[in-house]
Amino acid sequence: MQDMKASDVAGEYREVTLTYHDGSSRQVLVTENEVPYPEGKLIVSRTDNAGIITHCNQSFVDMSGYSEAELIGQPHHILRHPDMPAAAFGDLWDTVQRSEKWHGYVKNLRKDGNYYWVYATVIPNVRKGEVVGFTSVRRKPSRRRVEESASLYAELLKGEAQ
Amino acid sequence: MSADFTITVSPDFSPDHIAGWYIFNTWLQRKLDVGIHLELYDDFESQRAAIAEDRIDIIYANPFDAAMLVREKGFEAVARPHGKTDEAVIAVSADSAAKGVEDFQPGLRVARTDDPDVNMMGLIMLEPADLHRENIEQQQAGNYVLVAKALLRGEADAGFFLKEAYDDLSRIIREQLRVLITSQIGVIQHCMLAGPRAAELRAPMIAALLAMADDAKGKGVLEAMGLQSWDPLDQEDTEFMIDLMDTLVS
Repeated sequence: MQDMKASDVAGEYREVTLTYHDGSSRQVLVTENEVPYPEGKLIVSRTDNAGIITHCNQSFVDMSGYSEAELIGQPHHILRHPDMPAAAFGDLWDTVQRSEKWHGYVKNLRKDGNYYWVYATVIPNVRKGEVVGFTSVRRKPSRRRVEESASLYAELLKGEAQ
Repeated sequence: MSADFTITVSPDFSPDHIAGWYIFNTWLQRKLDVGIHLELYDDFESQRAAIAEDRIDIIYANPFDAAMLVREKGFEAVARPHGKTDEAVIAVSADSAAKGVEDFQPGLRVARTDDPDVNMMGLIMLEPADLHRENIEQQQAGNYVLVAKALLRGEADAGFFLKEAYDDLSRIIREQLRVLITSQIGVIQHCMLAGPRAAELRAPMIAALLAMADDAKGKGVLEAMGLQSWDPLDQEDTEFMIDLMDTLVS
């Protein structure tokens, strides 16, 4: 995955190098601007078993800031925000590996360095008894739950940094 | 022609289209050269009881029931209506103080029908206000006109509507209501499914439905049902819809 480009980002930003679970890393550029979740919409995507995006709907494209062509074939962690602790995604992965549904509040990073919060649900796609991929649906979260999650994640991040 | 099979329609169809479904059944019997009985149910509960007792062979199903039909009863995809997705509206009385969903408080009185996918979408749109089944009061009405009346009489603070049904309310009623939020989901759709006993009808039915808009007669029947045409629906499309609904049901 390519590093984020300063030319895509408006305003002030900080640079962070993210290292993903597969050992790859990427330089991301992060602003402090939140983009509100669009009213009444669902953000839908599907990945294969390796977490590579195979389908996404228009709301996913619009909120991510990338084009559909830039998203398909990329790992889902293209949206990973450095304020999200690895533990949150570890829990997600452990849960869906048990063929269970995962729910959680997630801060996502856009192509332009801005962020948006979602309430996400991920389920394994089971066909003929085999998991063939994952469907993820995000909806508008409540502010109270976003604020609770933001402080929890900040604590977890502190712990991970030590 | 004696009825060899039974077809039913999700009970949330518009009352304006009851005649259309009878005309459709006559058209379908001629196309497939078999006897089919159209059985309509007043509510989802009685329809689900009939499905549980294997009394249904073909169904124009609410997406909420697709998982049960496909995974528990072995139904298979036939077709889906072109350009017709289910969207929900949350409306209030025109003089309500609420300017947005986030103004609602616990104890909210919600009027709704028994339409399962609309109620699911309505509840999802209340989540940003930290409202859920446990901290609101839901009142079930027999149809969407009665949901509107509950708002106008002040018996409910908010109403869940199928968008199409809201748009079909009379102008006089709509002028006394206000839409707070409309879903723009775009992927939740009713679908035609065939059960195991009607497996032999599936291929000819797919062919007949996909060609339905090509001749004047078929087009007239579609208009009477409030549909434009049918799109192909393969089993993977149906599985995707079921996965999607699964993520939404808490």
